[in-house]
Amino acid sequence: MFELLGIPPQALFGQLLLGLINGSFYALLSLGLAIIFGLLNIINFTHGAQYMMGAFVAWMLLNYLGINYWAALFVAPVIVGITGVIIERLLISRLYHLDHLYGLLLTFGLALIIQGLFRNYYGISGLPYQIPGVLSGGQNLGFMFLPNYRGWVIVASLIVCLATWFIIEKTRLGAYLRAATENPTLVGAFGINVPRMVTLTYGFGVALAAFAGVLAAPIYAVNPNMGADLIIVVFAVVVIGGMGSILGSIVTGFGLGLIEGLTRVFYPEGSAVVIFVVMAIVLLVKPAGLFGRAA
Amino acid sequence: MMATDTETGAGVGPLVQSHSTSTPRHHVAIFAGLLVFGLAAPFLLYPIFLMKVLCFVLFACAFNLLLGFGGLLSFGHAAFFGSASYASAHAAKIWGFNPELAILFGTGCAAVLGLLIGSLAIRRQGIYFAMVTLAFAQMVFFFSLQAPFTGGEDGIQSVPRGHLFGLFDMAPDLNLYFFVLAIVFAGLLAIYRIIHSPFGQVLKAIRDNEQRSVSLGYRVNRYKLLVFVLSAMLAGLAGATKAIVFQLASLTDVYWTMSGEVVLMTLLGGMGTVFGPIVGAAIIVTMQNYLATFGAWVTVIQGTIFVISVMLFREGVIGILSKALKKPL
Repeated sequence: MFELLGIPPQALFGQLLLGLINGSFYALLSLGLAIIFGLLNIINFTHGAQYMMGAFVAWMLLNYLGINYWAALFVAPVIVGITGVIIERLLISRLYHLDHLYGLLLTFGLALIIQGLFRNYYGISGLPYQIPGVLSGGQNLGFMFLPNYRGWVIVASLIVCLATWFIIEKTRLGAYLRAATENPTLVGAFGINVPRMVTLTYGFGVALAAFAGVLAAPIYAVNPNMGADLIIVVFAVVVIGGMGSILGSIVTGFGLGLIEGLTRVFYPEGSAVVIFVVMAIVLLVKPAGLFGRAA
Repeated sequence: MMATDTETGAGVGPLVQSHSTSTPRHHVAIFAGLLVFGLAAPFLLYPIFLMKVLCFVLFACAFNLLLGFGGLLSFGHAAFFGSASYASAHAAKIWGFNPELAILFGTGCAAVLGLLIGSLAIRRQGIYFAMVTLAFAQMVFFFSLQAPFTGGEDGIQSVPRGHLFGLFDMAPDLNLYFFVLAIVFAGLLAIYRIIHSPFGQVLKAIRDNEQRSVSLGYRVNRYKLLVFVLSAMLAGLAGATKAIVFQLASLTDVYWTMSGEVVLMTLLGGMGTVFGPIVGAAIIVTMQNYLATFGAWVTVIQGTIFVISVMLFREGVIGILSKALKKPL
């Protein structure tokens, strides 16, 4: 067996895989945050709670209605997305004329409510969710063992990220969206229903978070706090990448996941904070973020 | 200034502005009233509870200095509160510092940390500023979780209260209460002085219109950094005092929920008002005290107060009162 820098390859590639998986979640979540921020100009603090809701809805669908993983992958984001649409219509839409900070405070309050409610009814111990039968087991790649489900998470998240990028950058709908991000008044003057587009965009961003939640359900225990700490790391990812570019969010998400994985191999104590350290360096060198437009 | 800037009315500033730097008479009266109440209160209410209120009053007022007058929303103030609490607990327990020196040490640590985080965070504006401070605070949390001297999940327990200046025994609650009252009152007066100094006036100008302040020749970032450090230091003072009062420094003090709580106190009382955070802190701490038996519902209730405050009364309790009385409070 060969060794790299004194690290057995099993450990190295194992951690890199874990890093890629974390990166998948960072990418999906920061992508949703970026899309929402682009059009609504608010940072959606509820994003972590909505990711958690995605996992819980998948769990409920399976345990209460017997709906399996593959259906949940579509149904759960739709359900959580609809709750997002309701939240946007009832609450967030009343704050657009105010300082952006109020949007942050509102969504923070909503996150507290959602997490508190789930904690009351389901406790904090976490609920198990079975890996779907087709994806159990794994492949021996020679240099490492790849559990099928983990490979699927990376592939699924890549597909969804790239599809989102394609819709926004290459289709007519995406063009409207980008135009409305630049100048909503003008787009409205061309007869596009901007408020409806804003609502649907929020719903879509939330659905992305819920999709990530469903993907996460079989890996991590489904638990009310699963999104609370994750969202702070994703905020750091967003600060590092800047929210100006869709592709930038995706690349930053996966890249930072890898960096985190590498840190876990070479300096395990630092793995929890490495992303924040990268953020500090980026703030020093390129304050607008790697892919950000100068403010 | 207000007439030309209709947009800033929607900002975080108070709706009633004070235009002069001299102290209005009703402010003197309110401070005197607060002092009298503070002196009488321990004979009517449980001193430990009162000291908790006092610490959070100072914490919220320090936070309001940054948000209400500097226009900077930090979502990571727990970092300063918590790290000062660890530093003062460590100094008092391991090094055997007197309480006043331990608190001073904790406050100093928070100021240094404020300088480090502040100089990075002010490189980004608005929403990014909030995210950056939150992320750095989380970093401080992880550090506190792993560092050898913080006691991990247990925190630093049974911190001695010691003797003030080596003379006065702080173990009886009443003795400690008057010491804490003196600290917090001095902190409040300092904040009041900062707000109404020429420095404070420039801060308000930057809050209301940053570009214009730049064009007037003010070095905006220096003002922002200074108010950030001052706010971190005073938040540290509150945290360091709390560690001595409860004889405990724990991860709760440095977790993001603590940052959220101080935002809530300030929002509820009234951002950018002098007395709002005092009221907000008193309400929230009292609420936590009475609702402690409800467990996780406290989070739900706090979230609901957040939502209601943002949707219905953004001026906060004191902000509304101030508008009704047509006097800046």
